[in-house]
Amino acid sequence: MKSKEIICIVCPNGCYLEIEKKGDEYVVRGNKCPRGKIYGVKELTNPTRVVTTTVKIKDGKLKMLPVKTRDPIPKNKISACMRAVDKIEVKPPISVGDVLVQNIAGTHVDLIASRSV
Amino acid sequence: MLTYEIVVIGGGPAGLAAAIEAKKNGIESILIIERDGELGGILQQCIHNGFGLHVFKEELTGPEYAEKFIHELKQMGIAYKLDTMVLDINKDKEIHAINTIDGFMTIKAGAVILAMGCRERTRGAINIPGTRPAGIYTAGTAQRFVNMEGHKVGKRVVILGSGDIGLIMARRMTLEGAKVLAVVELMPFSGGLTRNIVQCLEDYNIPLLLSHTLTEIRGKDRVEGIVIAKVDENKKIIPGTEQEFDCDTLLLSVGLIPENELSYNAGIELDPITYGPTVNEAMETSVEGIFACGNVVHVHDLVDFVTQESRRAGKNAAGYIKKEIKKESQTVHTHPEKGIRYIVPQRVRIANVGQKLDLFMRVDNVYQDVYMVVKINDKEIKRIKKKHLAPGEMESLEIQKDDLVCEEGSMISILLEKEGA
Ligand SMILES: Cc1cc2nc3c(=O)[nH]c(=O)nc-3n(C[C@H](O)[C@H](O)[C@H](O)COP(=O)(O)OP(=O)(O)OC[C@H]3O[C@@H](n4cnc5c(N)ncnc54)[C@H](O)[C@@H]3O)c2cc1C
Ligand code: SF4
Repeated sequence: MKSKEIICIVCPNGCYLEIEKKGDEYVVRGNKCPRGKIYGVKELTNPTRVVTTTVKIKDGKLKMLPVKTRDPIPKNKISACMRAVDKIEVKPPISVGDVLVQNIAGTHVDLIASRSV
Repeated sequence: MLTYEIVVIGGGPAGLAAAIEAKKNGIESILIIERDGELGGILQQCIHNGFGLHVFKEELTGPEYAEKFIHELKQMGIAYKLDTMVLDINKDKEIHAINTIDGFMTIKAGAVILAMGCRERTRGAINIPGTRPAGIYTAGTAQRFVNMEGHKVGKRVVILGSGDIGLIMARRMTLEGAKVLAVVELMPFSGGLTRNIVQCLEDYNIPLLLSHTLTEIRGKDRVEGIVIAKVDENKKIIPGTEQEFDCDTLLLSVGLIPENELSYNAGIELDPITYGPTVNEAMETSVEGIFACGNVVHVHDLVDFVTQESRRAGKNAAGYIKKEIKKESQTVHTHPEKGIRYIVPQRVRIANVGQKLDLFMRVDNVYQDVYMVVKINDKEIKRIKKKHLAPGEMESLEIQKDDLVCEEGSMISILLEKEGA
């Protein structure tokens, strides 16, 4: 297989990766750290992203609570996840890291709070 | 009159890290002054992830990153005043501030740390033709509206400028149900991080139109559409390349400028390229005892570097109070040459350099396969190979103390050389 060039987005370094399939193995070049290799292989087989957004806060000084999926979810589940998040309203007190929804949109990933209120 | 050993102006990541580090270095009397209703600065509205990989080795959202520092600050018992605006400072390190509880205050500081961050360039700063209808926001203002106030900003959006905030907002507004028609960039390259182009534009098939500019805004009360056109190498509009977009919202992501009214009025020397104070190796400005760190010095793309720089400022401000800083020293200057826009710090007192000297800089264009060359008075001391350089990504390099063979007035210069040249 011809090699494929992608940009690693795991961290802001944005390394230019070159990925080549050799039999069942993927060879990744250009990554400055091991996370780039894992990302490169995943991007070709099952691309995922962490979703960050906000949910409404009921009777709080702050109106919106920033939230995120604890782990990356498949790219094709992002809009289902956003629709599920839209329905939620939360009530303080909330601590950073609190689980707000388990298994959001059937991804097996939890939606958690990004700050305390 | 209130007195403190160190007063920090601004409670964003820069101010927080500087105050914490000063306390760790033995300073007891510290005050942070923040004009907003909470600590954390711009991070509280940056709900996306990508913060903290260098400092915490994990990828955090802006609020999570801020909360770690706010928590530490509170545990250490460092004092802060919220909803308090600093009006001016002077060379004697007297600070005038105001809030609704204490009223007008004069605060005397042994050392001051400036950490006011930056503000966005607005439409006035870049001359946009056409009418002045509603529906035009800077990207950061839109970010605050959407992420903190919960407002919807528009349904059909065009973003002018491809800086990081614009890219982040392109994704954010798409997720919130808006249609982002295009990101329009005057330069032939994007001003944002590559990873943001991938995960904010390519993931959502949002076109990035490079070498394009806005030629007209339509609509009387609300934006109804805009016209853009292609530009040539001299940024002149190419006739006949006009394209219309039917949109209700225009976001401007056309750059950030360090917030330096206070510094300017205090007679602190500003760098004409960074628009921030010129600093030495200790992050001290041209006025003795006034330090600066974070986006107020130069615009950072990574908060991790803000934290590192601010820790240095906090440590040195503590050293200044404890009279540990060597004021008598040979001073050398840094000088950006071919391909380099600016270097921070601008001045270095050799006697205060520890094991190594860290320099931070930005390049003026996109470069591939070049060498970054460091010279002292025209003598090369270091050469680093770079595969990819872009103006949107801050670069840094280290010089070992042993390589710093300088005398008073020496010049450390950095330039780019093509491979094989
Ligand atoms: C939209 C956006 C996206 C970003 N994305 C990323 C990213 O993905 N990853 C990453 O690592 N970094 C990112 N950054 C960069 C990072 O957030 C900034 O570099 C960092 O917040 C700068 O910290 P600071 O403390 O210097 O400034 P700020 O956070 O702006 O804090 C300055 C503080 O000073 C206060 N202040 C100003 N003037 C006064 C006054 N006169 N009196 C009292 N208080 C005052 C302000 O209210 C503010 O709270 C992003 C930045 C922006 C704007
Ligand atoms: S390879 Fe490692 S260093 Fe490079 S962008 Fe990916 S995570 Fe960052």
